[in-house]
Amino acid sequence: METMETLATALAFVFGMCALGAGIAMIAGIGPGIGEGNAVAKACEAIGRQPESKGAVTSTMIMGCAVAETTGLYALIVAILLIFVAPNVFKNIILSAISTIA
Amino acid sequence: MKDKKFLIVDILYILGIILPLALAVTLKVLFTPASEGVAIHGAIIFFTIPMPIQDLPITESQVNSWCVLVLIAFLCLFLVHGVKEKCGTKRQLVAEWIVEKVDGLVKDNMGEFFMEFSPFICAILALSAFSSLMTLVGLYPPTSDINVVAGWAILVFFLITHYKLKGGVKHYLKGFTEPIVAFTPINIISEVATPLAMSFRHYGNVLSGTVISALVATALQGLSGLVLGWIPVIGDIPFLQIGIPAVLSVYFDIFSGCLQAFIFAMLTMLYVSGGFPADLYQERMKKKEAKKKK
Repeated sequence: METMETLATALAFVFGMCALGAGIAMIAGIGPGIGEGNAVAKACEAIGRQPESKGAVTSTMIMGCAVAETTGLYALIVAILLIFVAPNVFKNIILSAISTIA
Repeated sequence: MKDKKFLIVDILYILGIILPLALAVTLKVLFTPASEGVAIHGAIIFFTIPMPIQDLPITESQVNSWCVLVLIAFLCLFLVHGVKEKCGTKRQLVAEWIVEKVDGLVKDNMGEFFMEFSPFICAILALSAFSSLMTLVGLYPPTSDINVVAGWAILVFFLITHYKLKGGVKHYLKGFTEPIVAFTPINIISEVATPLAMSFRHYGNVLSGTVISALVATALQGLSGLVLGWIPVIGDIPFLQIGIPAVLSVYFDIFSGCLQAFIFAMLTMLYVSGGFPADLYQERMKKKEAKKKK
């Protein structure tokens, strides 16, 4: 009975922490947001100054935006791993630990 | 008589385009549990082949990417069917437009030396774009599986290293110790990070689109239940799910998918041509020719 209770608390703690970690990881989304905003603002300025260079500026901007997005995507992958993969892994670790004790 | 033959071959090609999609949809319908609503899950494993070291799972993403390969092959055959030197069919214009655009892209970004790269770049573009567009028929996009994209990225990494080695092994190894010797570990990490970043970028973008679409669809289902849930029969219909997710699909499936294909191809071109030491290569070629003459 006691082992069951410890198991339940341990699993609840692990799942909660995984969700919390995923949320905290996505704070990294701020960076790409600011960066891409800056890039687009500058591109708009450039097009305003030289409307004939619209095509080149737009393609370069999209390229830069995609590269700037990478850090945000790393955070996203960490968050996805924490939500979908980590709980099962930790669950198995806890179960095996408890079975060795009992 | 000739026209009839032409038409029959045309129909065969169109069947070759449609059948892989139909096959993938059938497989998906057969292997998906019926009770499943809107859910986020990885690729379905169809079956596993026992192998000595590790079992080889044949997953949805693999099968779907084979379908894309067949589809693209038949699409190319369809486009170049009946090509003539002057004013052939209407589809000849489309084929010519594609070839010209890709040639121009390669010429602008890589230079004349790399012109033989344009079929490869076009293949990457088509493969990536069509893989991401698989979501439009409700299939699992192979690009949202990191293994598929990582395979492409590793291929590109080999290409980059190959063209870097064209300046000589000595120059390649020396490139790691620049600007000073202490930077060697950082340079090695940045070398390894190239395929990693490329695969993560493509996979993350497609996957995040899927996740956000699923989340919004679920939220809309709950919201429509909240608004009209108190009416007996009509309340069961998730009326807010009609139309609104389609707006997201335009961005995440069509725009983002095509954009990621373009970016993957663009980065391939930039990395390959950027790592290639043109001056050193020409010097080496001159030396080799001089040796041959002697």
